[in-house]
Amino acid sequence: MNSIYQYFRAIWYGFSSLWKGMMLTGHYLVHPKKILTEQYPENRDTLYIPDRFQGEVVLPHDENNEHLCTGCTICEMNCPNGSIKIITQQVVTPEGKKKKELDKWVYHLGLCTFCGQCIDACPQDAIKMSNAFEHSVYDRKVLTKVLNQPGSKLKSAKK
Amino acid sequence: METKDIKRDEFVINVGPQHPSTHGVLRLELWLDGEDIIDSKPHLGYIHRGIEKMSEALGYKQFIYLTSRMDYLSAHMNNQACSLAIEKGLQVEAPPRAQVIRVLMAELSRLASHQLWWGALGLDLGAVSPFFYAFREREMILEIFEETCGSRLTMNYITPGGVVNDLHPDFVKKVKKLIEQLKGNLHEYDQLLTGNAILQARTRGVGKLTAEDAISLGCTGPVARASGVKCDVRKLHPYDGYDKVDFEEVLNDKGDNFARYWLRIAEMEQSIRIIEQLIDNIPEGSYREKLKGVVKLPAGEYYQRVETARGELGVYIVSDGKKEPYRVRFRTPNFSNLNALRPMLKGAKIGDMVSMMATLDLIIPDIDR
Amino acid sequence: MQLSISLLEITRAIDSWLNSIFHPHVAFGIELVLAGVAVILLVVAMAVLMVYAERKLAGFMQMRLGPMRVGKYGSMQAIADVMKLLLKECLVPTNSDKMMFKLAPFVVTVVSFMTIVPIAFARGIQLWDINIGVFYITAVSSLSVIGILMAGWSSNNKYSLLGAMRSGAQIVSYELSGGLALIVVVMMSGTLSISGIVQAQADGWWVIKGHIPVIIAFVTFIITSTAELNRAPFDLAEAESELTAGYHTEYSGMQFAMFFLSEYTNMFVLSMVAATVFLGGWMPFHIAGLEGFNHFMDYIPGIVWFFGKTFFILFLIVWFRWTFPRLRIDQLLKLEWKYLLPVSIINVLFAAFIALMGWYL
Ligand code: SF4
Ligand code: SF4
Repeated sequence: MNSIYQYFRAIWYGFSSLWKGMMLTGHYLVHPKKILTEQYPENRDTLYIPDRFQGEVVLPHDENNEHLCTGCTICEMNCPNGSIKIITQQVVTPEGKKKKELDKWVYHLGLCTFCGQCIDACPQDAIKMSNAFEHSVYDRKVLTKVLNQPGSKLKSAKK
Repeated sequence: METKDIKRDEFVINVGPQHPSTHGVLRLELWLDGEDIIDSKPHLGYIHRGIEKMSEALGYKQFIYLTSRMDYLSAHMNNQACSLAIEKGLQVEAPPRAQVIRVLMAELSRLASHQLWWGALGLDLGAVSPFFYAFREREMILEIFEETCGSRLTMNYITPGGVVNDLHPDFVKKVKKLIEQLKGNLHEYDQLLTGNAILQARTRGVGKLTAEDAISLGCTGPVARASGVKCDVRKLHPYDGYDKVDFEEVLNDKGDNFARYWLRIAEMEQSIRIIEQLIDNIPEGSYREKLKGVVKLPAGEYYQRVETARGELGVYIVSDGKKEPYRVRFRTPNFSNLNALRPMLKGAKIGDMVSMMATLDLIIPDIDR
Repeated sequence: MQLSISLLEITRAIDSWLNSIFHPHVAFGIELVLAGVAVILLVVAMAVLMVYAERKLAGFMQMRLGPMRVGKYGSMQAIADVMKLLLKECLVPTNSDKMMFKLAPFVVTVVSFMTIVPIAFARGIQLWDINIGVFYITAVSSLSVIGILMAGWSSNNKYSLLGAMRSGAQIVSYELSGGLALIVVVMMSGTLSISGIVQAQADGWWVIKGHIPVIIAFVTFIITSTAELNRAPFDLAEAESELTAGYHTEYSGMQFAMFFLSEYTNMFVLSMVAATVFLGGWMPFHIAGLEGFNHFMDYIPGIVWFFGKTFFILFLIVWFRWTFPRLRIDQLLKLEWKYLLPVSIINVLFAAFIALMGWYL
């Protein structure tokens, strides 16, 4: 007798538990307000990107076309992937002293893992991460960037 | 394992390296007799990236970012383990605020990891919808990570001496909202899968792992705890202030698939409990102990273990006083948990293989490193 | 009622017009071709519609939007998929049995098209009112397993073979209770012909007037037809997390599309059978005694009733698919042999008793 009871109990349990699951999917079927999909390329304007999002290393320039990088190459040493190459040059200052200065801040976006160690290491806080995330390009060469703008110079010592 | 002769009626199939249920590039060789599995043999190395070797060429601060790529779902915990080991060597301790932040982040990633596991388990067993329900809350967690750490999966946020950034101003508010929503939605997990007759049939009594086997195979984490082995590093060797929070080490003595399933769901509740205790009590103060630009550990050996979402991760660093480690070795939880698959699989069906892999919650990049 | 009569009149008119121009044999041949084209168009249109509907429904159930890109609200998505499959190369594995490999999708598709023949879509819209309609459908639909076995065997792939064998075991077992479920209604209406069964439900559908046995039979039939269709939770033959894609692992392009098409055709046909046998086919919903209500219901054309019921059952099957996990092969067979079959046998006994006593509503 007990086994018969167990038999029907199993059937009942099966049906009721399956029905419960169906109720949940059914619930979402009739509640389209709960849909989470974001229509990405269309909602570009309303997209929420947190401001700390690490998208790409940039070297900010101010309105005088001046940046903060002294060319000390600490970031280059700290990058685990070798995505940074700092090329420096010797210049002669007006006072006649020889000085090392940044020539090219080469950044290989294709090698970068956005770990943020270069930003962490930079003693001048010269570089930061931008929020850009649409990095795909058709030509790999575009991914190698020179971050200092032509003609830019080092911001003169902190005023 | 020695290669066997294949008898009549037996045949061998290769599951993987490209197979939907191996969640990565694990290759399993299965000896089959019809639907029954006679024996199995995992082949590793398809995603070996040499993280240990690469670490020897990088500085102490640098190599940590590589560990985010081992068990990518427990990235915070991996970073934490390395940071703790290095801190041991430097004889510094993270400030209290940083410790609480670390614990919060670790528990959040445990939640996120278990949610992904739950969704993937549904997917493996043939139900697609759980995946999306699980990802709803996981997405919120990842957004919290993104706001504070700057990225979603491989954060590189925990660093020797503390954490890289301070918490985002919205952090507390968002976590509270998440906890509230999660508490409201956890019953959906039960409604959709836990109570489901088909899931019960697929998991109960399947894939038994005895406590002795679990210990001798070196299983840790939810896999071992589901067999009744006490092994929670957070309890046994507390780190980063886990001894100050109140939570339970969930145990189950059945050792089958369902025990592991149930245990992870219960662990989610414990993680929520830890977060609730800490979220209002984040101490003020500095979030980072300033270290020197180039970190050098005194010569010696340092070992640190943490509990990741899948078990015990051990980091062993040998230093010879230079700025790079002499040797780094990781004892990853998935490698040992994978060992449990062979004794379980004997005599099981092909369908069971999928549910076992799902409840073992293997992350293949963590096995190969 | 008007529209269904006019549909009947249209077919009659075409028939007499063809007969007036051509020799009767030629006219008959042309009619066959017309009917064939109509069926193929109907089935392909339905399959495309169903693929779209299923993806949308699944999306909504999972808090997604489903396809949204091609056409408005993604309405052209299914057509785009068909185009893509048409343009793809049909790969044939090197060591396969080439002839069988290429034949298998045709067998499966032809079989699923054949099952449509005796279905009555509306009054008088029926390809062939064969007097053993229900029997014909069960007999022919079980042939599809041959195509599946051919596909699995000829692919020379162990995954395919396992999938095909699973499918064979599954279809052969589930046919039993599926047949027994149909027998309940056949006994009660006393005829095997589809139009006869529909006529017998003029005063009430079998689910309503057939008492508990028919309800049990209806539930059993839905379960078994889901199993025969190889759809979740019984999709072991193509369990993607176990066997990658089961018996059609090696198929690509249009050959794959034919398997896909036949799956949807079978789904469509079995829902139509369930709608006909249990839910009254194209018969409107009548409540004995309420003349006004019945009259109002009569105004809704039969074809709308028929497709409404079909879509209801299709919706159920889709709903199952996106909710449940999959069974294991031994549990699947246990479900059939331990639960469904004994229940159906006892159910048939009950139904026979009720049919003998004539206890209908
Ligand atoms: S960016 Fe910073 S670390 Fe790098 S070279 Fe310039 S100043 Fe030095
Ligand atoms: S973010 Fe990391 S990988 Fe990228 S340039 Fe900076 S240090 Fe190198």
